[in-house]
Amino acid sequence: MQTSLPTTRQTAVYVYQAPLRAWHWISALSITVLAITGWLIANPPPTLSGEASDHFQMGYIRFFHFAAAYVFAVGFLFRLYWAFVGNRYARQLFTLPFWRPSFWAELLHEVRWYAFLEPEPRKYVGHNPLAHLFMVVIITVGGLVMIFTGFALYSEQTGLGSWQDQLFGWVIPLVGQSQDVRMWHHWGMWVIVVFVMLHVYTAVREDVMSRQSLISTMISGWRMFKDDRP
Amino acid sequence: MPTSDTFYSQFRRAGISRRTFLHFCGVSAATLGLAPTMAGRIAHALETKPRTPVIWLHGLECTCCSESFIRSAHPLASDVVLSMISLDYDDLIMASAGHQAEAILDDIRTRYRGQYILAVEGNAPLGQDGMSCFIAGRPFHAQLKEMAADCAAVIAWGSCASWGCVQAARPNPTQATPIDEIVRDKPVIKVPGCPPIAEVMTGVLTYMLTFERLPELDRQGRPKMFYGQRIHDKCYRRPHFDAGQYVERFDDEGARKGYCLYKVGCKGPTTYNACSTVRWNDGVSFPIQSGHGCIGCSEKGFWDKGGFYQHVTDTHVFGVEANADRVGLAAVGGVGAAIGAHAAYSSYRRGKQSVDAQTTTSSPTAKHPHETTGN
Ligand code: HEM
Ligand code: HEM
Ligand code: SF4
Ligand code: SF4
Repeated sequence: MQTSLPTTRQTAVYVYQAPLRAWHWISALSITVLAITGWLIANPPPTLSGEASDHFQMGYIRFFHFAAAYVFAVGFLFRLYWAFVGNRYARQLFTLPFWRPSFWAELLHEVRWYAFLEPEPRKYVGHNPLAHLFMVVIITVGGLVMIFTGFALYSEQTGLGSWQDQLFGWVIPLVGQSQDVRMWHHWGMWVIVVFVMLHVYTAVREDVMSRQSLISTMISGWRMFKDDRP
Repeated sequence: MPTSDTFYSQFRRAGISRRTFLHFCGVSAATLGLAPTMAGRIAHALETKPRTPVIWLHGLECTCCSESFIRSAHPLASDVVLSMISLDYDDLIMASAGHQAEAILDDIRTRYRGQYILAVEGNAPLGQDGMSCFIAGRPFHAQLKEMAADCAAVIAWGSCASWGCVQAARPNPTQATPIDEIVRDKPVIKVPGCPPIAEVMTGVLTYMLTFERLPELDRQGRPKMFYGQRIHDKCYRRPHFDAGQYVERFDDEGARKGYCLYKVGCKGPTTYNACSTVRWNDGVSFPIQSGHGCIGCSEKGFWDKGGFYQHVTDTHVFGVEANADRVGLAAVGGVGAAIGAHAAYSSYRRGKQSVDAQTTTSSPTAKHPHETTGN
């Protein structure tokens, strides 16, 4: 897979196809809901007074967590499918060319750019190597960890023998016990939250400071380059 | 001494009336969650099948399992079951002692090869060659392995035998090791809890003795009939959990009203046991009913899982102890501040560069033409 642009004079390339873009924004929304409801599951709001039958607060919080979880999980499966049928940029999320020295050289360059040690970043049609690395580690691997631990926890309420139990129940003894699974699921939230903070910041910053468009690319699909140099 | 007669004839000899015997069969069927008609099958089995010997070994333990067992909610059940097993070997309650007692083990092992049930309370310390638990002049693990080699199945009583429990808590100085990590070639039925509930113990044993098969087990080797659900799934305070009504402190209004104990660290949501259905002491109560959260006593390594009074417990990994929320909030604060600083410096640099670019457009040091052409 080619990550750097050949020396052709291009000003715009169609990179992210519509299904991938839709997936991005749907996942962003579902992860936001998952993180907020997940936080509230672990740290419920102050106690409500009155009769128990008057409220269903935790019930709704958990319902939204599980609804968003299904959206995220089904979206993930779809995204995996799209990696096969979509364009080459759709495969980046599931492939990391770590065997290629140029990947590491470009990664270093990108890090230096963020450390203000390079005067300008390189241009990339797909993700820049740093973003690429983070997306694979945190969204692909991290997302899978959240799905596996999440469905393992979910299987505890659907019960022994349910499909969630058959597919994911083995995660619990593998990790230790239920409380361990819960805590790793919980740690996972913080990893993803920190990623999202950095991701949104860099998306905005690079949109302004790099030589190419970013946010509009994830909206329209077209990558605009601000200059003609390689 | 074990003979090939039936349980029933043994009971009669011990003075248990037929009426008591039938009552026991009914109680057992109920505890096991079987249809009432199954009481007849249990009675029939006990009347006709040759009695299966049970050996009860004690390793590194505190005897709380035996204590629980003899306090069964149905004294009847424990009486009956106890008379079933005390016939053979249980060094805690048997009459004989010393060489006489040890001779029984040899006798059963040879005469009932592959037929007897080995019930183990406690676990075996493997460190220092097993010095921390000596029975009849040799390390417990030697006795355990010898008796396990010829048994039909092993019952691991309590969290000690099942997972290691307190004696295996970090740093586990004696290397206390659960039974299934020592006995690998026999089925090991785990009946965890510190201690397990008496009815669960008598239930599992009665099931195995009467039906002569293993109860259905889950992935971790626990009988599904008692460990198939979490405390939280059947807890009578669950409506308060779903409503959002919690005890915030042990002396608050919520505590008096019996709200859910989730926020004061109840481990019911992560603990598999029958407390919230079977309860303790003749069904009188169980910890949550008495106002204290479940501490997860039937779960693996519950001693080392952080606080009993926190929901988000500390995580131990690679010798480091950390709390997800404390670390997470600090990381969000730190990263947020770093982003702010980075953004500020970025815009300062950008401003400086565009000024530089404007003042030195024709100079060869103008390295950033995109600043003038772009956006
Ligand atoms: C990015 C994705 C996700 C995030 C950030 C997230 C976050 C969280 C957090 C913070 C908790 C609270 C843990 C605690 O009690 O300390 C939680 C609980 C839970 N999550 Fe997730 N989660 C995610 C995905 C999923 C998925 C895909 C599932 C699958 C169904 C799932 C199912 C659950 C379940 C079952 C619980 C326990 C809730 C309960 O039983 O009360 N989560 N999640
Ligand atoms: C929970 C929130 C979010 C998550 C988990 C997330 C995740 C991702 C992932 C996995 C990709 C790679 C897409 C692929 O290769 O298929 C991506 C790309 C991208 N995201 Fe997000 N995103 C989030 C929120 C946002 C927000 C709020 C913005 C806008 C400010 C944004 C802007 C972008 C952009 C511009 C790209 C393309 C980067 C490039 O061209 O190299 N994302 N995001
Ligand atoms: S008291 Fe414990 S087991 Fe009961 S509902 Fe609350 S959290 Fe669950
Ligand atoms: S309520 Fe929890 S801690 Fe208490 S005995 Fe039952 S499983 Fe053990």
